[in-house]
Amino acid sequence: MGGIPAIETERLTKSFGSTQALSGLDLTVPQGGILGLLGPNGAGKTTAVRVLATLVRPDSGHARVLGADVVRQAADVRQRIGLTGQYAALDDYLTGRANLVMIGRLSRLSRAEARRRADELLARFDLTQAAGRAVKTYSGGMRRRLDLAASLIGHPQVLFLDEPTTGLDPNSRAVMWEIIRELAAEGTTLLLTTQYLDEADQLASQIAVIDAGRVVAEGTPDQLKAKVGEDRIAVQLVPGSDLAAAAAVVRGQTTGPVEADPEQLLVTAQMPARDGVTTDVVRALDTAGIRVTDVTLRRSSLDDVFMILTGHRAAPETAASGDAGRQAATEQGGAAA
Amino acid sequence: MTTATISPAPQQAAPRRSSLRWLIADVAVLARRVLARIAREPETLMDVTIQPLIFVLLFAYVFGGAIPLPGGGNYHEYLIGGMLAMGLAMTAPGTAVALVTDMSTGLIDRFRSLPMSRSAVLAGRTIADLVTQVIGAVVVAGVGLAIGWRIHTSVAEAAAAFGLALLFGYAFTWVGASLGMVLRSPEAAQQMGFVLFLPLTFISNAFVPTQGMPGWLQAIANWNPMSALAAAARELFGNPNPAASVQAWPMQHPELAVVAWSVALLAIFAPLAVHLYRRKAG
Repeated sequence: MGGIPAIETERLTKSFGSTQALSGLDLTVPQGGILGLLGPNGAGKTTAVRVLATLVRPDSGHARVLGADVVRQAADVRQRIGLTGQYAALDDYLTGRANLVMIGRLSRLSRAEARRRADELLARFDLTQAAGRAVKTYSGGMRRRLDLAASLIGHPQVLFLDEPTTGLDPNSRAVMWEIIRELAAEGTTLLLTTQYLDEADQLASQIAVIDAGRVVAEGTPDQLKAKVGEDRIAVQLVPGSDLAAAAAVVRGQTTGPVEADPEQLLVTAQMPARDGVTTDVVRALDTAGIRVTDVTLRRSSLDDVFMILTGHRAAPETAASGDAGRQAATEQGGAAA
Repeated sequence: MTTATISPAPQQAAPRRSSLRWLIADVAVLARRVLARIAREPETLMDVTIQPLIFVLLFAYVFGGAIPLPGGGNYHEYLIGGMLAMGLAMTAPGTAVALVTDMSTGLIDRFRSLPMSRSAVLAGRTIADLVTQVIGAVVVAGVGLAIGWRIHTSVAEAAAAFGLALLFGYAFTWVGASLGMVLRSPEAAQQMGFVLFLPLTFISNAFVPTQGMPGWLQAIANWNPMSALAAAARELFGNPNPAASVQAWPMQHPELAVVAWSVALLAIFAPLAVHLYRRKAG
């Protein structure tokens, strides 16, 4: 069992009308840990999750969850997964507890087990107080927690979280992050889609960047940063310094392009992403007798990685992007960002 | 956040039951969901309680005096058969609205990702709506008794009348379910209900005998399933039934016509709704 990947897709394709949502998606996720599926609106994240959760049939290619094919063994897949979509999929008019018991019963738990499990999850997610209230009275953060609880009720081994924090305030977001980390620590495999770079950076043990329906890069957050790799250094010289000499020293420390700005007495350069780069540059400048007022190194962020890999910025974190996400979801990924 | 202990996943498979028993269990869970909502918010029943009440009062006291019944008879007694038909037809848009809402909130996606019976979502909804129809029928009968409507036949015949009405009502919820699979927003479903089902009730003998309508409209009204249902109920209750003198086949055999219409609607719309539901799977 241990050797079977939690999630495996091969050349997965899916189009809706003329829109190609997935164009040959290849993913392998080992059991345990969190895979962050990172991509802009319309990249195919939601469609990928929907295929894996047996909601959408792929046009071609294969997808397996714990070895079970999502098309031919859909019932087996459904036994093992939990799904939390972008919008809390709950009955607004039922109480929080009634929602959980209902999902538990439909997940094949006995009545007593469904009730026990519902109370356990309500306590865990800090919802015991609100358990007897209709869900429509819940705040956004409470709804998300209840929604997540609903997807956990059947003890899933693989959990899909489609943009679990879109539209949440920073507090609720932090709570969700904590829960997600706990679930991973308990051994659940999580696939998390997000358009937030910091979220992927914070949570994911592995990241797959997808754009236009295929994976354009994958690895750990650090590997991805290293791949794009180069950090930028800026050396500010004291007035009267020899700019050309300083540029020559910096050039000796990197293979990347070096720029010298005579007006600002500033040398900037792309540096290889390795530890100790700054120290090396400072030491070399000192040896050459060049005095500086400031040396700053800016490490590449996932933002840069994203920009370089996809050619566009990640969507800004606004409510508007959440609406756009909803639009894309309703149109089943039809509206490319 | 409490980090309470979480029980380990039970390793044994779900108890083995036949798929039919699972279907029944799932339908019961989903039907109970709809009924729990009614228990919490009885005002959601307005379309089967207040609405028929308003129509009964309007027709009994405002329009009724101006509507002569061919062959004579008490209009209040005439009215209830038609009202029963309308009350049942008017729940179909509710079925559509509820399904569209569940679809747009993602609840149906969640159901579809669970190891539950595939057909339970639609079956659960239609069966729950049948329960609301029973409530609606009771309200119509109660209001009827209050305004002077009486059953002049046997208990068996009266039961047959309600049975036919609910059979047709259930078949009709599948029309609503099919609409719910096609329409995109709850608002559209609501309006579609108005546009489709209101003319359906009014171009029938539900409130006004068809004898006074222009000939082409009479033909439509006499073949309208609402007319058959209203006529069948009147005949079985022993109420005035001017349609008995109409020569169209459904008016001569209203009970048979209601059964035929119900079977036909079920045969067409139940598979259609299920097909459309499955097709949502892309």
